[in-house]
Amino acid sequence: MDRQAVETAPDAAADWPDRIYALLKRHSIRQVALVPDAGHARLIRRCLADNDLRVVTLTTEEEGIALMQGAWLGGQRGVLLMQSSGVGNCINMLSLATIHRCPMPMIVTMRGDFGEFNPAQVPMGQATQAVLEAMGTLVHRADRAEDVEPTVEATLKLAFHTYRPAATLIGQRVLGAKTFGKD
Amino acid sequence: MRAASGKLDRRELVRALLADRGDLLVVAGLGAPAWDITAVGDHPCNFPLWGGMGGAAMIGLGLALAQPRRPVLVITGDGEMLMGVGSLATIAQQAPANLAIVVQDNEHYGETGMQQTATAHGTDLATMAEGAGIRATMRVTAPEHVPSLVAATRAMAGPFFAVAKVDPANLPLVLPPREGAILQARMREALLGPAAHLA
Repeated sequence: MDRQAVETAPDAAADWPDRIYALLKRHSIRQVALVPDAGHARLIRRCLADNDLRVVTLTTEEEGIALMQGAWLGGQRGVLLMQSSGVGNCINMLSLATIHRCPMPMIVTMRGDFGEFNPAQVPMGQATQAVLEAMGTLVHRADRAEDVEPTVEATLKLAFHTYRPAATLIGQRVLGAKTFGKD
Repeated sequence: MRAASGKLDRRELVRALLADRGDLLVVAGLGAPAWDITAVGDHPCNFPLWGGMGGAAMIGLGLALAQPRRPVLVITGDGEMLMGVGSLATIAQQAPANLAIVVQDNEHYGETGMQQTATAHGTDLATMAEGAGIRATMRVTAPEHVPSLVAATRAMAGPFFAVAKVDPANLPLVLPPREGAILQARMREALLGPAAHLA
């Protein structure tokens, strides 16, 4: 199996990343903060190709929480794309959303759940929803490709209409488990 | 502007940074920088932080990208900047011309008992900023450097990063409002008008 195939979710026919991109446009998102994940690769390519979206590649996910705070302060809407492991890096910075009642939508691609191969992904993957909820984030999961679009839309509305952190977790059943060629 | 130690007085430095501030938007890291900007005078376009340690520079980045015609100044401490030092690479990549970061480096964690930070042991944050790719930097150690520092923070030729070595004395507390929703809403209203609350 070549490197590209290993790193890319196998369900490439599903168009849910394009549907997320359309939602970001419809909800007037201007700043897209991210630490890359293979599950978000197609969405990231769409965002990079759009001159009206500022893609901010972070060194750690908590920077994205702070970036969304600054964007909202200045009148722009941001979103944070990350892998489940990155949620752990955000914990204390998520205080900003509660302190200031700042909208902070997050779209999280899961590792360490359905069919995981890598033991190192399991601890944070299994803790992702609990950690987000412990910090006051409203969390919804999408475990089927057709659920991704309505779930992400609900997350964007909850964040921007009710001024709080909100997250969609896209399950590994949608993404396909990374197999390192061992399937 | 020098304290008895010979180092810069942090409040006098901030007073100079905020004098005739015009359109300046200010983010202050938690602790002494937040007290310092408030001692100069609370302002709707001040965003003093009570938490989110390590995030001040990134809040400045998000704000600078959203408001590209306004100069944005982040004033923070050495401990706070060290905690989020990776953000200097993120900021260098985005290269916002209107973002300036001034670290008030007292070489200590001032709010927790004056323990030393890494900058007391040779870490140079300006060198780290340069290594991250921020080309416009300054090291400020004397009052005669301050006018050019102030000019650089207003020049919209950034990203700009400066380290000012300041006296470590803990000065009297001057606390900003503690309700974060008000701090956020007042700056949004100053920038966007009443429509800020209908977004």
